[in-house]
Amino acid sequence: MDPGQFFASSRVLIVAGKGGVGKSTASATLALAAARTGRSVLLVEVAGRSATASMFGADAPGYEESTVYDEADHGEVRCRSITPDDALVEWLTNHGFSRIAKRMAKSGLLEIVATATPGIKDLLVLGRIKALEAEGVADLIIVDAPAAGHAIQFLQAPVGVRDTARTGVLNRQAVEVIEMLDDPTRCRAMLVSIPEETPVNELIETAFAVEDEVGLALGPVVINGILPSIDGLTDEPPASLSPNEAADARMAADLRRDRITLQAEQLDRLQARLPLAQIRMPQLFTTEIGPAELHQLADAVEASIEALEDWA
Amino acid sequence: MSDPHESPVPSYRDLAERCEVIVCCGTGGVGKTTTAAATAMAAAAMGRRAAVVTIDPAKRLADALGIGELGNDPTVIDGPWSGTLAALMLDTKATFDAVVRRHAGSDEQAETILANRFYRNISTSLSGTQDYMAVEKLAELHSSGEWDLVVVDTPPTRDALAFLEAPKLLTRLLDNPIYRVLISPSTGVLRAVNRAATSVVRQLSRVVGAEVVDDAIEFFQAFQGMEDGFRERADATLTLLGADETAFVLVASPRADTLVEAKYFLDRLGKADLDAAAVVVNRVLPALSIDADRAAELRADHPGGPVQALADHAAAAAGDDDRIVDLLSAAPGATVARVPLLPSDVHDVDTLRRIAELLTEG
Repeated sequence: MDPGQFFASSRVLIVAGKGGVGKSTASATLALAAARTGRSVLLVEVAGRSATASMFGADAPGYEESTVYDEADHGEVRCRSITPDDALVEWLTNHGFSRIAKRMAKSGLLEIVATATPGIKDLLVLGRIKALEAEGVADLIIVDAPAAGHAIQFLQAPVGVRDTARTGVLNRQAVEVIEMLDDPTRCRAMLVSIPEETPVNELIETAFAVEDEVGLALGPVVINGILPSIDGLTDEPPASLSPNEAADARMAADLRRDRITLQAEQLDRLQARLPLAQIRMPQLFTTEIGPAELHQLADAVEASIEALEDWA
Repeated sequence: MSDPHESPVPSYRDLAERCEVIVCCGTGGVGKTTTAAATAMAAAAMGRRAAVVTIDPAKRLADALGIGELGNDPTVIDGPWSGTLAALMLDTKATFDAVVRRHAGSDEQAETILANRFYRNISTSLSGTQDYMAVEKLAELHSSGEWDLVVVDTPPTRDALAFLEAPKLLTRLLDNPIYRVLISPSTGVLRAVNRAATSVVRQLSRVVGAEVVDDAIEFFQAFQGMEDGFRERADATLTLLGADETAFVLVASPRADTLVEAKYFLDRLGKADLDAAAVVVNRVLPALSIDADRAAELRADHPGGPVQALADHAAAAAGDDDRIVDLLSAAPGATVARVPLLPSDVHDVDTLRRIAELLTEG
């Protein structure tokens, strides 16, 4: 599949996954890969504190937008963050509750509202994203979903709120967000995981729950941290190495082989149990991810997308 | 037991040997549950009676511990330890229901609350409830006198304080000024409270729907009389969390993204005057005799094969080391346990025992 076509197929991509699987790295990589096809991309961070801006070599985003990537011949990537509390106050203000919004925030009533309607904050973050989509602020909006707990909670929030607040303006907001989630030309989710047993199990569970319970279309899954294979791992180290170096090399080669075997088992298991295409991102052996590493990852993502079948 | 004058920082072994409560915190995906279970196992190996409260463990680990089903009471695990090891998988809703029953003045009051929709939201889907019930379960097991050590795994959260604030989850709502409005008898609401408060409730109904507000009012009315019991319990558990016999253990892995989170955790713990007693770094690459530069030189001469694996390993380990050192600078009073990357996932008792040994041998 042509990467340009891939990134044009939905206006919002929600990148979700459990903490520690490299979800932010995947979000930043997808944003860069999309920008390289000439699109303007808005990368939205929900938790308010993550590393994506620094991967582009920029400062962390605030509530305001900042451009983190803008190259000639390419599109651009802008970053911003949406915090759940701000989304709630902003939503109340925009819906004629400006007086109550201030008083609610001050009196702690906000907490009671949030308690009475679990998922309200996640819903309003998604509602804010829906508004950005409607305003057409970018060709593609990529959402780095919250990391805490299971990805599914964030995506299930609109359905939960719709069923809890059965009347009122909040209900209408939930219904509108669900409309966006149900329409694959507007929104898809991409789930991120790593090739290890527990994360793979959770990925499979989440994928089925997202399609069955949320009705959200899934794009390919992103598998992060793939250890590249190496030819000749079982060869003897060269004779010119010192005995210590040779012992280290043997140990490193054995560990690499063990882990590649484990990884292959998990990837096979995933393929057998989850009928979704996979985008693979290699593990990088560097201290941190900066612009150069991000381009390297974007190369791998592009190659993965080119190998995909066209959307059915 | 080591002489405190010789060793001002207690080792991980000391913690497992002396503490009454160990709280394993950190972000998800770093082996927190495994560390919690191995810590309890280490204490059992020292002859102590240790219980571990797990939250959402990986299925194979739960099966290995014999806690495949949700259970609210510890299941004793047989094994080659001189003490007692027990584990349970936290059932948040059942624990919350039990707490309500314990504090309720009558069966009728308990049933009214348990049937209320606002309560069901609190007890099943409110963020923070899992933390709250983990603390409750911890306090319950600790005060039962049946356990020398209770180890608790914490829910995956970005904020260490979520766990510390959890016991206040309900009392914070009760301390809210709007609470007084909501508990006024509903027939008298319009008369009994001032007009401003009434308009807040009316506007609230327009936002979230009238039935949501009705549910909340019914909940708060039903809750009357139980506030003091909940407040006392919250104060007691917070005291326990801050006590000398309680230790916080931060669990991390060397991955860049998780270490950023771990550092934030330490910072938040410090702000609450609760320093981490230990930092456990899981999945550390085994040390090499040469550094990354030398390995890169070797690779230039001998590309591919074992030397390529060596160079990758050395580069990754160097990055890990830098990040771990940086993390530890934020936890000067903590003991450090590094658990090496194992060739397989941890999902049997033997591997857990190996980790228990690695944690306590340092």
